[in-house]
Amino acid sequence: MGPKRQEGTDTGEIVTARRLAVGYKDKMVWHDANFGIERGEFVAVIGPNGAGKTTLFRMLLGLQKPSGGDLTVFGSKPSRGDSRIGYVPQRHAIDNETNIECVELVHLAYGGGRWGFNLSTRREKDAAMSALKAVGAEDLAHKSLASLSGGELQRVFLAEALVSNPEMLLLDEPLSNLDIRRAIELVEVIGDVVKERKVTAFLVAHDINPLMRYIDKVMYMANGKVATGTPEEVLTSKNLSALYGARVEVLRDSRGHIIIHSRYGGEEVHEEAYHVI
Amino acid sequence: MSLIGALQYIFQYQFMQHAFEAGTIIAIVAGIMGYLVVLRKTSFAAHAYAEIGFAGAAGSVLLGINPLIGLLSASTVSGLGIAVLGNRASHRDVEIGTILAFALGLGLLFISLYTGYATEAYSILFGEILGISASNVLLTLVVSLIILVAAAFVYRPILFASLDEDVAEAKGMHVLLLGGIFMILLAASVSIAIQVTGVLLIFALMVTPAATAIRLTKKPAYAILISTLIALGATWSGLLIAFYEPYPVSFFIVTIVFAIYLIVRFVRPRM
Ligand SMILES: Nc1ncnc2c1ncn2[C@@H]1O[C@H](COP(=O)(O)OP(=O)(O)OP(=O)(O)O)[C@@H](O)[C@H]1O
Ligand SMILES: [Mg+2]
Repeated sequence: MGPKRQEGTDTGEIVTARRLAVGYKDKMVWHDANFGIERGEFVAVIGPNGAGKTTLFRMLLGLQKPSGGDLTVFGSKPSRGDSRIGYVPQRHAIDNETNIECVELVHLAYGGGRWGFNLSTRREKDAAMSALKAVGAEDLAHKSLASLSGGELQRVFLAEALVSNPEMLLLDEPLSNLDIRRAIELVEVIGDVVKERKVTAFLVAHDINPLMRYIDKVMYMANGKVATGTPEEVLTSKNLSALYGARVEVLRDSRGHIIIHSRYGGEEVHEEAYHVI
Repeated sequence: MSLIGALQYIFQYQFMQHAFEAGTIIAIVAGIMGYLVVLRKTSFAAHAYAEIGFAGAAGSVLLGINPLIGLLSASTVSGLGIAVLGNRASHRDVEIGTILAFALGLGLLFISLYTGYATEAYSILFGEILGISASNVLLTLVVSLIILVAAAFVYRPILFASLDEDVAEAKGMHVLLLGGIFMILLAASVSIAIQVTGVLLIFALMVTPAATAIRLTKKPAYAILISTLIALGATWSGLLIAFYEPYPVSFFIVTIVFAIYLIVRFVRPRM
């Protein structure tokens, strides 16, 4: 590819994948993915369970090696511990026994990686508070993690991801367990942060509808394949049928609500029973 | 008799001096490590170390070695084993339970091969801090200092990895290594705490004080402080009462921490 490209030059791409493939041991998850994501883009990552959405994040974080092709993040191979990436994972160990105040978690996300005694935490406390403020959660700062609702908890996790001022956000199903109103509220917060800070964001979701106003691109994974583009490009009956290798219909209702309707193995699968995007 | 007078009287006895010295160091270690045990939900592993330590202690009694050495080496080696198997190993209840049962059986064999059967078994299972030797006080101090320095060093990363393992991993923290270090420190802490509480009452110092503390505060630093104070208070009171009453120290300690737990649990609303 000629001389080493500088980060974010010519194409302005933050993430570039060429014939990218990934799998675990003897199992291929997806392959032959080609995409380029530019600085400041908001990308919805959609696909059924087990399609490889979380696996994509693990690759971007440098926790999982591609099994084929090339992946560059910020102009070089992904490396573990890149502070330019903020991450909200799908799994969390926090439950209703975790009686620790929120600001403490956000604070730890900022300086918790350092070993040894640490007494000068003033600056870190300030960073934690302003991250909570950025997501409209300053009221939650001194509340216990154990007492938060699902939506409040997701805001705190978002603050945790933002505390080190990342250039890229990877949000793995932050909207799961939220009712539609909370989901829309959180998407608004995320959309504003993405715009204001010009961060590039990937968000995994199972329902694309609350995201439609904010996203620039959709990455659709299914059946070992990945399709990336604008929602208009990707979310068409023809495209998704090809992706699934089965007949898939994309329907839009009068208010632009998108419903994906598919038929699997001769059996009609209703959108709710399967998944609505 | 005033409390000061009572203490002056008690400290005339060297065995009480030693018991207070060792009890104090152990309560501090247990109070601090207990917070991480509760946070990481690894109390079952803590119990397993105690029972594996029992086999080690019983084995060394049989061989005529200092039981504390047997305790420390058996549980620390098993701590290393779990550390090598990886973080998630500490949550494999079935495997841990299987090993724990075998370790107890082995301990039983060693103890029954030894002629002083009953008393030795009793003191390992239920604690015998009143009989602690000066050299074991010193050994306890050295081990405790190592645990405390190491724990202070890894405290923040371990705390964060306990709360948000996936983010910690993504930030480049070595969560497996941290989990392994924690397991070894826990095993060593359990070994020394067994001198006070015995194998079977290990939770009295390693779990109950911290479980009480997390109900009283949302700040980890305060929780550790409260947990340590409860462990210290219970140990000191237990020793004092046991000097005058003909019942075992560990009984008083476990009763005191349990009473505090109940009061906090049911009298004070949570958070
Ligand atoms: N550590 C692992 N070892 C082996 N296989 C794995 C591992 N992690 C994930 N997989 C497999 O890889 C595939 C993709 O998993 P991934 O977690 O990326 O899916 P996902 O799209 O995030 O699904 P979900 O919507 O359920 O979160 C799945 O079939 C899963 O079983
Ligand atoms: Mg996933």
